[in-house]
Amino acid sequence: MGGMSRSASAARQGAGEAGVGGMLHLPLAPPATREGDASGLVLALLRRGDDALILGHRLSEWTGHAPLLEEELALANIALDFIGQARALYTEAGALTGETEDQIAYLRDAPQWRNALIMELPNGDFAFTMARLLLVSAFALPFWRAACGSSHPGIAAIAAKAEKEVDYHLRHAAEWLIRLGDGTAESHRRAQDAVDALWPYTGELFSPDDRALVEAGIVPDPDGLRAAWAATVDATLVRATLVRPEDGWMQSGGRSGRHTEHLGHLLAELQFVQRAYPGSTW
Amino acid sequence: MADTTAPDSPASRTTPLWEVFIRSRNGLAHKHVGSVHAADATLALQAARDVYTRRGEGLSIWVVPSNAIVASDPADRETLFEPTGSKIYRHPTFYEVPDEVGNM
Repeated sequence: MGGMSRSASAARQGAGEAGVGGMLHLPLAPPATREGDASGLVLALLRRGDDALILGHRLSEWTGHAPLLEEELALANIALDFIGQARALYTEAGALTGETEDQIAYLRDAPQWRNALIMELPNGDFAFTMARLLLVSAFALPFWRAACGSSHPGIAAIAAKAEKEVDYHLRHAAEWLIRLGDGTAESHRRAQDAVDALWPYTGELFSPDDRALVEAGIVPDPDGLRAAWAATVDATLVRATLVRPEDGWMQSGGRSGRHTEHLGHLLAELQFVQRAYPGSTW
Repeated sequence: MADTTAPDSPASRTTPLWEVFIRSRNGLAHKHVGSVHAADATLALQAARDVYTRRGEGLSIWVVPSNAIVASDPADRETLFEPTGSKIYRHPTFYEVPDEVGNM
């Protein structure tokens, strides 16, 4: 992402001149993204942006650890697609709140993030990473496809770009999950374990956005995408010879800022430089 | 990373080598750009896309199993290629181009 805001670096310089530690001058959390006072549209943008940045960060963790050089590049490509989507969405949200994309990404603590919990779960093994990408992409593709017709020009433009990217993510994840599920006994077991473990986190993908935004045609209604999601997921699971888990109790909380313990650790790495050296630019 | 180049390594059996050909934006022909390891043709195409078209290089990709390529023997190089070295008249440089033709 780009450099920090002018005011943040000014605060840092002020600390240096006064000869005291920078801690007193750390920029406060941006007001608009504090708990409870985000407008509907900002919240809707943050949900999508946080989904993209957190999953993008998780995928970037594979860099240097992927099973094949080819897959290393594929995962990094997908991570960069997500980070690009997050930047565009944060820029759109920041236009409403007066913040930069960097303030939104680097200066919020875990309770201020609005990503679905499925995004922040640790990568697990390769099967878990691919099963998550499939489950998320099977939702994201119809979401962005519908959002291409948004009455908000900024969202429609982001959607037009994201739709093509997500279409490839879905294809990539599905091809891998099919081969893992229909592969060796071990790859089948790992793929089934991954789908079983992830299933309770899929319900949160469909949690509703602000009613008024949906009615104004600004964002698609996630709840209306269940059939499209199920069709994609079911067809892939059949080809992968995997069993679709029963729909039971679903995890939730991320959309309202109640996260797993994993998000804090992720943010510690994601935000380290801006937290340790507030206002630093490069 | 395991050695995936040895012919009998487990990796070469599960993810064999594929040669990648890309047709660029302006080019008419697919050109060889390198190779990828992949389990099958579909994944080889995806791997080629991910490795070789990250900067907008291509509009079309071919992948071919490396073991389907029949190659000339390097030891035959003199027999096959040296005889043409003395036949410079095969280059179209001995024709006089009439002035009316202009630049060719």
